[in-house]
Amino acid sequence: MKNARKILTIRTPEGIVFPMTIAGPIARFVALVIDQVVIGLLSMFVNAVVKTLSSISFDLAMAGYTITAFLMSLGYPIVFEWYWRGQTVGKKVMHLQVIDEQGLRLRFSQVVIRNLLRLVDMLPALYLLGGAACFASAHGQRLGDLAANTIVVYHPSLSEPDLDQVMSGKYNSFRDQSYLAARLRQRSLPTEADIALRAIMRRDQMDDVSRLVLFEHIRKHFERLAEFPVEITEGISDEQYVRNVVDILFR
Amino acid sequence: MIIDLHKFISEERESWERLEAILDELEKNPARRLVMQEIKEFHYLYERVSADLVKLTSTVAERDLRAYLESLVARAYGEIHETREQAHRLRPLEWFLVVFPNTFRKYVRYFYLSLAVTIAGCVFGGGAIALDPQSKQVLMPFEHLLGSPKERVDKEETVGFDHLRGQKVQGAAWYMTHNTKVSILTMAMGVTWGIGTIILLLTNGIMLGAVCADYILSGQSVFLLGWLLPHGSVEIPAILLAGQAGLIIAGAVIGWGNRVSLKLRLRAVTVDLVTLITGVALMLIWAGIIEAFLSQYHKPVFPYELKIAFGCIQLIVLTVYLSRSGRSQSKHDAGDAGPAKADEDGAEI
Repeated sequence: MKNARKILTIRTPEGIVFPMTIAGPIARFVALVIDQVVIGLLSMFVNAVVKTLSSISFDLAMAGYTITAFLMSLGYPIVFEWYWRGQTVGKKVMHLQVIDEQGLRLRFSQVVIRNLLRLVDMLPALYLLGGAACFASAHGQRLGDLAANTIVVYHPSLSEPDLDQVMSGKYNSFRDQSYLAARLRQRSLPTEADIALRAIMRRDQMDDVSRLVLFEHIRKHFERLAEFPVEITEGISDEQYVRNVVDILFR
Repeated sequence: MIIDLHKFISEERESWERLEAILDELEKNPARRLVMQEIKEFHYLYERVSADLVKLTSTVAERDLRAYLESLVARAYGEIHETREQAHRLRPLEWFLVVFPNTFRKYVRYFYLSLAVTIAGCVFGGGAIALDPQSKQVLMPFEHLLGSPKERVDKEETVGFDHLRGQKVQGAAWYMTHNTKVSILTMAMGVTWGIGTIILLLTNGIMLGAVCADYILSGQSVFLLGWLLPHGSVEIPAILLAGQAGLIIAGAVIGWGNRVSLKLRLRAVTVDLVTLITGVALMLIWAGIIEAFLSQYHKPVFPYELKIAFGCIQLIVLTVYLSRSGRSQSKHDAGDAGPAKADEDGAEI
């Protein structure tokens, strides 16, 4: 399946490469909705304070409300993105972060400009202009991002896979072959390791025939990378073989 | 490469933790400056962790460890390769007396363009009212301006001593926030190659010209000056500065005669845009207070001569401030004058 996600690759002069996943417009829109809810809740709180103060001076209370509402709508993303290093509440929930386009430190002026230019991105309604720019831009940038040289990236939550279910405390005979185990680690690509791990994690979702065929294919593939002695591979099922491989690769 | 992960982690963990501690400290306190010894250590650790990351890249194991090292190197990369000037500790007085007026002058040609567009709008609006008084319905979107100027003046001059009692502060707040929003939009529209900015400036000019012509033709010039000058002498220049900021963005987007990339052109003006729009916001806060507390009061509460004199003095002070303030500092920093150009690595040259 083709991966529709846009990727920004940052290469440092030292030859280190960082792949950054660009956040999609839908995730960004959801984050925006969450932020609007937060602003709405804050406004309700301010409104309650204003009602209390209006008994002292209605004029002052209304002025306070007008200015606070204005500062909240404009200042909320600026303050949060600056102090939380590119994140607001909505972005935190959606695992999104604003970063400098070149991977450099995000600067205050960038945060301000990208948020002030929201006023244009919002036009004519519901962020249509910003959304269109997002779809058209190679790095998914709205107009504010283009002007401020920022991008919004997605940080997937890297949860530790539940490896206990891979072996369930069983003895792994492959581990005795330390040289072959090291070779397996060296020759396996991360994507291949992921496929093997996911196959085991999702084994119960497959019907029997599909499961047998899949594990047979995966076993054949890994056998070509590192050939373990026949005496330890003979008699173990394809699925157990793959479990042993995953145990070697991920532990 | 085959690595013994347990040995590798136990040997290298100290370097990772030390680099992380330095990064945490730098991020917590952006104004912190490292001494030479610390810089050497920081650079050494960055290179060492980068090398560790390369070693790990060749193995599939320890994805989380790789992600951790990637994030460390990414953060350190941002610190080490950042060549733009560090943000200074906030010095409000220096900003007000030197930075803001210097930034205004640095891009003064965009201000003249903003002024020219507004004047063109004024001429059009004034001309339209003079030639076709019926066009008032179209040119003036505010209901209270649609009536006869003479009737309004008569009404305003007979209201009580403090007819806005209990409304002035909220009025000031409304003027401040509304005008600031309009100014931000005027600036932000620069990203549409300046078309949006020019339309907004032109529209403002048309309305202003129409109102002025309407009152002048009705023989109410003195009232007009007394009404508009106290706050308009700051508010109108503020909108013009917002237009200036919008046209700076447009200039960077279009990039006539500038061979550096769009990204670098925009990067070069970002800080100046924030300076200008902050100055605009401050000007509008002042204008909002004056509009609510002074402009809406007319003869006999405040004599027109006093209001006109106040507006004129304010305009002179603003002109002198924007054209003269911080000039000596500007000469001192002559190397910074003019829009910054940037090389392909983002370094200002």
